Amino acid sequence: MKLIGEKGVKRILMLTAFSAISALLLIALFILNEGLPFIFKYGVKDFLFSSDWNPHLGKYGIYPMIVASLWVTFGALVIGAPLGVAGAFFLTEYVPKSIMRIIKPTIELLAAIPSVVYGFIGVMVLAPLIRNNFGGPGLSLLAASIILGIMILPTVISISIDSIMAVPQSYREGSLALGATTWQTIHMVTVKASKSGIIASIILGMGRAIGETMAVIMVAGNSVNIPHSPLDSVRTLTANIALEMSYATGLHRQALFATGVVLFIGIIILNSIASVVLRKRAVKK
Amino acid sequence: MKTKFHIKDLDLFFKEEKVLKQINFEIPANKILGIIGPSGSGKTTFLRALNRMNDLEDGTRIEGNILLDEEDIYKPDYDVVALRKKVGMVFAMPVPLPMSIYENVVYGVRLSGVNDSKLLDELVEKSLTASYLWDEVKDRLKTSGMRLSGGQQQRLCLARVLAMEPEVILLDEPCSGLDPISTAKIEDALTVLKKDYTIILVTNNTKQAARVADNTAFFLMGELIEIGSTGQIFTTPNRIETNDYITGRFG
Repeated sequence: MKLIGEKGVKRILMLTAFSAISALLLIALFILNEGLPFIFKYGVKDFLFSSDWNPHLGKYGIYPMIVASLWVTFGALVIGAPLGVAGAFFLTEYVPKSIMRIIKPTIELLAAIPSVVYGFIGVMVLAPLIRNNFGGPGLSLLAASIILGIMILPTVISISIDSIMAVPQSYREGSLALGATTWQTIHMVTVKASKSGIIASIILGMGRAIGETMAVIMVAGNSVNIPHSPLDSVRTLTANIALEMSYATGLHRQALFATGVVLFIGIIILNSIASVVLRKRAVKK
Repeated sequence: MKTKFHIKDLDLFFKEEKVLKQINFEIPANKILGIIGPSGSGKTTFLRALNRMNDLEDGTRIEGNILLDEEDIYKPDYDVVALRKKVGMVFAMPVPLPMSIYENVVYGVRLSGVNDSKLLDELVEKSLTASYLWDEVKDRLKTSGMRLSGGQQQRLCLARVLAMEPEVILLDEPCSGLDPISTAKIEDALTVLKKDYTIILVTNNTKQAARVADNTAFFLMGELIEIGSTGQIFTTPNRIETNDYITGRFG
């Protein structure tokens, strides 16, 4: 330590901190640089709102993928958000703290399972189940929504738990001491006081669902079309990039980068909303 | 004189630790009982045993009995929600619920299923008047209860308990964070309220007990050292520990 000195240490740490930020900046610049020129050349309207995706004919309309991504994300939220939020309330308000301390890390472990494993289970278990019970190809919007719904659970549950635990115990005691039941206390007081954190947890889960690629490729079926039922096969924006990038060249390659630009902007918007919601909560305190 | 609470051989454990030891006494109705003692003496724990708020702490266990109107409040099928409606509580830290002044006052009553707005309006005025807060807030009942000053918040907390029309009011150091004027207002309210309620006041301020309590109990290290009329406790205590504490020799 003597050798480098206090100033040297500070510089080294600063360098490491900046490396993360510069990586983000470089990635953003790279994607924008590769993708934006294409979008303007091809036409914003044609690129975003045309349903014709035929790279070998020079047609690059990503509308079906945008719709698919939105539906898959929406489906994941319909499944994951209520399960996650209800689970978080159960764990914080009904389960003794000692047990909660074991269950919460276990749920967070769900996030450590590689997404390819989720995809694998989706293909082997979920898709046949859907095919045999509801018809269709099995690999579908519904399958992708269910798998993603499970994958966002750790995000939703653990951030919801944090925000519910941040509600002062005195609110609960004040309510219970007035003869409220635990359930009345939850829905009259705790939900209100932890609302912003819960919303943020859902938005962050949403970001994860939009960005997920591997599991979705494995279970969504990947045909380019606008879904008419949950049982249809769909291809999301992320799947589109991952599936075609390996052999794409020229304009096709640029179109895939442009797809990345669309995703990137969407996720930035979501994360900004989440951090604004979370900051509002901090200010209120 | 009617007995409200009858405490028999009460022991209270928190995990392995014995927090209250062999408490035995009766609390008469329509009087103010002051409970004094140094911090850590178990007085707050005792108070929270009376409306079973200690149940919320994992690892709390009691032996012995607490009878409210001769009915054991710890018997297995006892309705805790009904108990807390009968035995209201004001905490040391005034914490209004995150809603308007009006909604804070009617919170408990609404939960009991009362929704008649005329009835609720009357209740709000009556409760806030009784807690000496009405004149200060009558023009802004819709603003958040959290925007009030500390002293006003505590009187709001008292009002929301009064709105429940309980039989007993437990107060846990209600004036510990308040200025002398707010303290005086709360004390005035209590002396008027004892006509209709049994009041149990835990306080770190021995002078407050001397001012408002009819009877005073002195707790030390989880034991009830002495209980008697406030006059007797403060002038001729029977136990040397009581004398040391009220004369400020320790604690």
